[in-house]
Amino acid sequence: MNGIRAAIVGIGESQVGKVPGRSALQLQSDAALAALADAGLKIGDVDGLFTTPVRVEHWNMPAGVVAGFFGIRPNYLSTVDLAGASGCSMIDQAIAAVESGRCEVALCVAGQNLLSNRSRSQAVQSMAERGSGHPQFEVPYGPLVPSLYALIAQRHMYEYGTKPEQLAEVAVTIRTHAGLNPNAHKKDPITVGDVLSSRMITSPLHVLDCAIVSDGAAAAVVTRADRARDLRKSPVYLLGSGYGLRHGYVGDAECLTTSGAVDSGRTAFSKSGLGPKDIDVAEIYDCFTITVIVELEDLGFCPKGEGGRFVENGNIGLGGQLPVTTHGGLLSGGHPGLGGGFFHVLEAVRQLRGEAGGRQVPKVEVALAHGNGGVVSVHCTLILGNSDK
Amino acid sequence: MTSLPKPLPAPDPATSEYWAGAKQGELRLPKCRDCGKFHFYPRTLCPHCGSVNLEWKNCSGRGVVYSYTVVHRAPSPAFEADVPYVVAVIALEEGPHLMSSIINVPADRVRVGENVRVTFRSAGSGDEMLPMFELA
Repeated sequence: MNGIRAAIVGIGESQVGKVPGRSALQLQSDAALAALADAGLKIGDVDGLFTTPVRVEHWNMPAGVVAGFFGIRPNYLSTVDLAGASGCSMIDQAIAAVESGRCEVALCVAGQNLLSNRSRSQAVQSMAERGSGHPQFEVPYGPLVPSLYALIAQRHMYEYGTKPEQLAEVAVTIRTHAGLNPNAHKKDPITVGDVLSSRMITSPLHVLDCAIVSDGAAAAVVTRADRARDLRKSPVYLLGSGYGLRHGYVGDAECLTTSGAVDSGRTAFSKSGLGPKDIDVAEIYDCFTITVIVELEDLGFCPKGEGGRFVENGNIGLGGQLPVTTHGGLLSGGHPGLGGGFFHVLEAVRQLRGEAGGRQVPKVEVALAHGNGGVVSVHCTLILGNSDK
Repeated sequence: MTSLPKPLPAPDPATSEYWAGAKQGELRLPKCRDCGKFHFYPRTLCPHCGSVNLEWKNCSGRGVVYSYTVVHRAPSPAFEADVPYVVAVIALEEGPHLMSSIINVPADRVRVGENVRVTFRSAGSGDEMLPMFELA
């Protein structure tokens, strides 16, 4: 070890929701410039670049396309593609790059005009045929992406008695959080009854159990902690991170109700020397309501099978035992594809800085951010703190 | 006439034996000669032990419904005439799980844990056959 410590020093997002007339790179530029301004840095300071692929256009080597767009001359760059886990992983990899001396100021940026680029039907078809399903062994049977998660929900209900009302509670709580986020896509309050009476898409998941589709981008800046102390905002440190994967495709997973989040969480907690009880706020990936329930269990916030009961009675809301996904997540806040899980990291930083406004959790010292890619396939857990221990 | 082709399986050298079996009405899976376990989807090495010493074996075609979903909103126009239809994960008697459809039964009759057996249906166009399941 060379003793370099890195920290997150800037965050920024574009307008999120329906943002017609802005390309993927314009949205990424909006987010990146906001993150740099937040840090008190300029694009000319950046010498490391991390991004993800986009769906709305073809980019040969996305990191090269994005770095070239900004005029960055990187000492290090990488395209991160762990689907929904990409946001957490970009931060993990940027911190590793700075701490290993490969670069000094790393910009992580992702997002696109996923909603305005094409019709919702085109987006649904494209995701079903070129998304998470195996092209030979799953796609020919006609599953939607939500169907692949519905298989998990159905099995969870069978094994543990989880109820549709409990799935709906997740959507209701996270919508309440979105209502307190001025940049969230969907802010109108909903009830459990609204979720259960919304259109059944693929049983047991209703349309309000599913992530939305949005335009938007998110960015963060990572640099050396010694430099961070002179910048505008107080630094946020990575205390531990971990990865997990137990299957590539959901169809041949040995178990649908326990995921690689067990492994990513165990590693991240072990590295940080902390446990679930130390987490003040958990920004958990929420592509579907069932995802939150499975991940709460697998990360150790409640015993396996108890996730449905854990989310009841506002327990994952502000003022509850564990506030979860306080910006509104993918269910309500915004979901512009691979960048969607990056907003969870930004929210963890905001909570740690005490900048979350009406949705601020009191006295946050340790926050967890968790991303899930594929169909609860690849997982990345980050434990973040506002003190370097 | 407008034709709305469904997405077809495109066999590759690692999987062609599976699809050749389906055309003959057989569910054929790779089995490891070293650890003795079947696996699915077909790979060129055993995901349980890493061995490349594999052979293709015909399966019984029997299994149970491990999980299922009734799809009410088609992913593309090609599936609209089929709605509602059942996409399921079948736990085969030989061990592996695989995704398939359950047919020849009203969608609301399917439950986790029911016994099923394989049957084969045209993949929609071309001559590929898709393994599907019906209640046993």
